[in-house]
Amino acid sequence: MASIEVRKDTCVGCGACIPSCPFGAISMVEDLAVIDDSCTMCGACESSCSYGAIIIRTEEAGGFEIDQYSGIMVIAEQRDGEIDHSTLELLGEARRLAEADGSEVSAVLLTEKAGEWPARLTSYGADIVYLAEDSQLKHFRTEPFSRIVENLIVEKKPAVVLAAATTTGRDLMPRIAKNLNTGLTADCTELTIDPKTGGLLQTRPAFGGNILATIVCSNTRPQMATVRPRVMKTIDPDDARKGNLEKINLSPEDLISRTEVLEFEPLEEGEIDITEAEVIVSGGRGLKSEENFALLEELADLLDGSVGASRAAIDAGWIPYPHQVGQTGKTVQPKTYIACGISGAVQHRVGMQSSDRILAVNKDESAPIFEFCDEGFVGDLFEIIPLVIKEIKRRRK
Amino acid sequence: MRIVVAVKQVPDTSEVRIDEERGTLIREGVPSILNPFDEYALEEAMKWRDELGGTVTVITMGPPQAEAVLREAVAMGADEAVLLSDRAFAGADTWATSHTLAKAVEKMGDVDIVMTGKQAIDGDTAQTGPGIAASLDWPQVTFVGKVREINEDNIIAERYVEGGCEIIRSTLPVVITVLKDANTPRLPSLRGKMKARKIEIPVWGMEDIDLSGDEVGLDGSPTRVVKITTPEIVSNGEIHHAEPEELAGLIVDALLGKEGE
Repeated sequence: MASIEVRKDTCVGCGACIPSCPFGAISMVEDLAVIDDSCTMCGACESSCSYGAIIIRTEEAGGFEIDQYSGIMVIAEQRDGEIDHSTLELLGEARRLAEADGSEVSAVLLTEKAGEWPARLTSYGADIVYLAEDSQLKHFRTEPFSRIVENLIVEKKPAVVLAAATTTGRDLMPRIAKNLNTGLTADCTELTIDPKTGGLLQTRPAFGGNILATIVCSNTRPQMATVRPRVMKTIDPDDARKGNLEKINLSPEDLISRTEVLEFEPLEEGEIDITEAEVIVSGGRGLKSEENFALLEELADLLDGSVGASRAAIDAGWIPYPHQVGQTGKTVQPKTYIACGISGAVQHRVGMQSSDRILAVNKDESAPIFEFCDEGFVGDLFEIIPLVIKEIKRRRK
Repeated sequence: MRIVVAVKQVPDTSEVRIDEERGTLIREGVPSILNPFDEYALEEAMKWRDELGGTVTVITMGPPQAEAVLREAVAMGADEAVLLSDRAFAGADTWATSHTLAKAVEKMGDVDIVMTGKQAIDGDTAQTGPGIAASLDWPQVTFVGKVREINEDNIIAERYVEGGCEIIRSTLPVVITVLKDANTPRLPSLRGKMKARKIEIPVWGMEDIDLSGDEVGLDGSPTRVVKITTPEIVSNGEIHHAEPEELAGLIVDALLGKEGE
């Protein structure tokens, strides 16, 4: 059984570990750290101790011949008749990771009809494209997709498998990882190769964005990760890049599914998905009422943007949940995010901090949003926003 | 209809603060709560039980004090609860957690649906639901914003994805992960609270669900946290103080660029 131990000869009783514990499991007894039963062995205290006095021991599982695994495999995703941008970002990141040891980057494409897509994946960095083409692969369905990718992983033995942290990637990858008895890290925002071990260091926000955790998968392969869209950068596409195409042979059993997509209902006009918007005008507690959101809608319309909101505005019932940005809402990365009357608590910040540019309007000079916005405007949004609308209209005349 | 709802006790992350000087979490006074997303899964399960008959069983894996969230769920209307608790379970990642929860569901037998929240607010992984489905070799429907229909053999649910909504039919048994859009969770009733005080909650350890030490807890976890840091906030924004007219002008400059003039 895994165990956690405080080395009595090394612990100096400084107490630095106490606040590091998300579960409040550590206390000081006679100048020694004591860890109680609420410990989940998350490892937070281990890295907080400057003296190396806290040690977690595990009984390592074996069975994987790690040396046999190499290369980085990217699971491609299609949407609206195109390769999703997140796939191209993953290929860019895979290329950067592959530089470390010159390993191969592959892309897996499961689709109804591939057309020019394999060539596109090659130009964005794939050395080899594995393609399964079948009319039954038109819509993503968990079982056939996971089965086909699992079989391919078993055959090709990639060291790393990446997918976007979209609803598809986050549905597919945990199932594959569980079935292959390997590790998966969710929604990573940073990936690096550990120069010492050659393993993948996977960093992701946790605890509502309050901390960043770096996670490894040391003893099993592949090392699997879903990666937050719009964080990684694509490489410049090069149509002269050479790549191989390998068809995946499908058997009828591969395509068996107990779920069926009866219908796809796209969002209606005006029902824009805020995760796709280039400009978001967002309102918080400072909006004070449902009616006042009309002001933000007018500004958003002028900028071809969408309206977002903080949890406070959602909970007050001023605007429906699909507009919520933040930890319990959506994560957005628009080109411009305009926060109006939003204080900028960490739960909101984690949902929008990757925006290219953040503008903030708030009466309260000490609001946390002013600590991380790009441009802050201290004033009453009810005075300022109508003037902004008027001025935009005037300049466009 | 037998529905199992898998829930988690989490620290209320909205109460977590950072000690700026030491760069650590301030855990003091942070309450432990029932993962908010699991409340929607619980409500959905109870809604369909009320309509179709059957039972709702809540389970959680955690330290002994995690029993509190099970009692909370019973107060809200769950029929039974099971606590999976064993020192050997500590340190479980999503692989080991879903493995353990799935074994408990297997032991219960005759379960038609496992429901769980989209994700837990401490880890935000959204991996445990699909992990349970994989362990049981059941189909899964994730990110469900609405359950349209449940009958003897099937479930029809709306899966909210980028750019729209998939209407999915799945055979039973199935694992469903539920979004906030699905419903408004009910409050605990007086009767529920009384039941919650009295109910005996069985505790199942590793051996009770036929697991061995190398497939649970930290030893059974393929992943491991090696470092925890607090994110650096770069504070180099320009803050403007001026009259509303001037501020509005600056905002429009920022939005349209000066060439818009």
